[in-house]
Amino acid sequence: MNHGTLERNSILLVVGILIVVAIGGLVEVAPLFFVESTIEKVQGMRPYTPLELAGRNIYIREGCYLCHSQMIRPLRDEVERYGHYSLAAESLYDHPFQWGSKRTGPDLARVGGKYSDEWHRAHLADPRSVVPESVMPPYAFLARTPLDYRDIERELAADNTVGVPYTKDMIDNARADLEAQANADSDDATKLAKRYPKVQIRDFDGNPDLISEADALIAYMQMLGTLVDFSTYKADAPENKR
Amino acid sequence: MQAVSEKPFRPDLVAVPVVLLLGTVFALIEVAKSPDPLMVIQAWTFLACMLGISTFFLRRYAVGLPDEESGPYVNDVVKAGVIASMFWGIVGMLVGVVIALQLAFPHIFYFSNFPFTNFGRLRPLHTSAVIFAFGGNVLIATSFYVVQRTCHARLAGGSWAWFVFWGYQTFIVLAGTGYLLGITQGREYAEPEWYVDIWLTIVWVAYLFVFLATLWKRREPHIYVANWFYLSFIVTIAMLHIVNNLAMPVSLLQTKSFSLFSGVQDALIQWWYGHNAVGFFLTAGFLAIMYYFIPKRAERPVYSYRLSIVHFWTLIFIYIYIWAGPHHLLYTALPEWAQTLGMTFSIMLWMPSWGGMINGLMTLSGAWDKLRTDPVLRMLVASVAFYGMATFEGPVMSVKAVNALSHYTDWTIGHVHSGALGWVGFVSFGAIYCLVPWLWKRKSLYSLRLVEWHFWVSTLGIVFYITSMWVAGIMQGLMWRAYNDFGFLEYSFVETVAAMHPYYIIRALGGILYLAGTVIMVYNLWRTIRGGVSVAGESAALNQTLSVQGA
Repeated sequence: MNHGTLERNSILLVVGILIVVAIGGLVEVAPLFFVESTIEKVQGMRPYTPLELAGRNIYIREGCYLCHSQMIRPLRDEVERYGHYSLAAESLYDHPFQWGSKRTGPDLARVGGKYSDEWHRAHLADPRSVVPESVMPPYAFLARTPLDYRDIERELAADNTVGVPYTKDMIDNARADLEAQANADSDDATKLAKRYPKVQIRDFDGNPDLISEADALIAYMQMLGTLVDFSTYKADAPENKR
Repeated sequence: MQAVSEKPFRPDLVAVPVVLLLGTVFALIEVAKSPDPLMVIQAWTFLACMLGISTFFLRRYAVGLPDEESGPYVNDVVKAGVIASMFWGIVGMLVGVVIALQLAFPHIFYFSNFPFTNFGRLRPLHTSAVIFAFGGNVLIATSFYVVQRTCHARLAGGSWAWFVFWGYQTFIVLAGTGYLLGITQGREYAEPEWYVDIWLTIVWVAYLFVFLATLWKRREPHIYVANWFYLSFIVTIAMLHIVNNLAMPVSLLQTKSFSLFSGVQDALIQWWYGHNAVGFFLTAGFLAIMYYFIPKRAERPVYSYRLSIVHFWTLIFIYIYIWAGPHHLLYTALPEWAQTLGMTFSIMLWMPSWGGMINGLMTLSGAWDKLRTDPVLRMLVASVAFYGMATFEGPVMSVKAVNALSHYTDWTIGHVHSGALGWVGFVSFGAIYCLVPWLWKRKSLYSLRLVEWHFWVSTLGIVFYITSMWVAGIMQGLMWRAYNDFGFLEYSFVETVAAMHPYYIIRALGGILYLAGTVIMVYNLWRTIRGGVSVAGESAALNQTLSVQGA
């Protein structure tokens, strides 16, 4: 076919463009949904608790991903600095993913448990009070702002429709679970822990009178990278070779 | 509206008001019903935009159809696009300077009582304002200008072109104010939430319609090469935008949504989008500008027709920017085969890029002397040189061994800005410098000396910016992986942050210089529009061109 044909017919040109731009996407992106080895088989992954999910929403709202990655590469220095390299399975329930593209601050994929809640509170309120050289913005307002969780059931339900395995039980009890996680003395704590193994239950922001945005964000950060049981993960197993 | 009835029926004068009415109804429902305070603010903003646009149309058409819409070319909407480009350019670059200063002097430029001034909310504002608001307006305005001239046809669709213009500004305002409020999808370069995405889709379909319908009216058998690039930009951005933004809203009355994809698949779809936003928005679209404005300004034909064809198809297919997305995900949890494929295509991309650069530069054959006397042409040519540089650097950075060092560092930021400031910025400025005298029928720009100043001040700014980021980025990468004699990591993370301080200052200075150059441009253009001697339309400019060629 002469290129002149395309130059004389705008619809042919549009169709031609669409075909060539679609091929790359189809060949490269589509197999990720079908090839079984795309995501490793691991033990320990569970959906976020309602409080963690609310914290994650704040993490997204504040644009934390613009300076902090959540993706440890399998390079010697990164594994030594941050911990085991990130697995695809670890962001299985992340809608959207938060791998990030820039490390103005350190990677947070395994920040869970590395610092105390108290450190996080001080650091969020005024980063330079604990890390003088830091260039991070201050987030003192988080501890003052009550967490808006009026629609937490709907949020879990919406997350469920895109594939996160929240059960009806989890969705129905979302509000109680959220309140229970921020209160170590809650009567619902055992039920919460049954629904969400390894859940950390305590008053994260140090203020028992208020479930604040800081409660949610710190709860989220304290669980980051703590779910997968690496004692049962065999990196060399054939099914995990990718 | 009685004048309308005397003329042939204009379906657009029914369809556009219907769309605006639907928008108004949607805004009213959200205002009345939404429990989400952020959605209510967005809905009021949207409502104000809808009413503003409706007022504009009422004023424009109340006294009858404007003469322009039966004349040879439509210019008003292009003029509006040029002014909007200048406005958003200043806004976007100013926000860029602010966030650069925040990283350089966090003690001074953060305000703990104003969450909306934090880096995390301002950075999407910066990127969206410069890419989509400034760049988008430049693309829409120039495409509306170029498609009319190269087709010898008036812009099709009547008032749809104005709908595209105002609809696009509405998208920008909703997205930008949304970021400040904390409304974001958390996807880089695709931050606007689901309802803003739907609005943009409507505007974009209208844009495609206006562009295609103008092509259908053309009085030239062939579609000019610039229009191939514009068309691929419009069509591909539509595809990328829709797929990448598939999401489930918490409810139709709330801003928040959850993306349809998760984790590794989501990452690749996002960077398939993200890289092609660069590929089709910031490259294909602006290459269209190169293919029209450089030949026009140099008064020489495009160097090679065959190279144009090869450039076009290899760029969109092989280059395929489409295939190169995974180079943003090297060494991540993305499967190895996809990483390798992405890297391979990224390296191949170098060739079509340079083919295009050669086609642009060699168009000056026999007219190189004009670089001495015409600072506007120099700006256009410098932009192509920066395009060549950035598209060389890109493939280098997508080699896995290099990427292991460069990824996550400020080198990436420097690379982006050599493309954004050098290529996209300069080619846009060059086009605008051409357009303003043509559109407002001025003999020339107010001052070529000021263009010289703009060129050199901004070029110095770019040099400061990219050199500081090279040093900062490579240093960061090396410090992160440095080991001491005992086999321990040499530096804590925060030591690498502290080491960035001088370079962040130099970078901010570079940004300030670049912004200063843009301010000079805006002043120059404002004086050009305001004053000067008017020439009698484009025929005069054409005669001038012919006489030059005759001599």
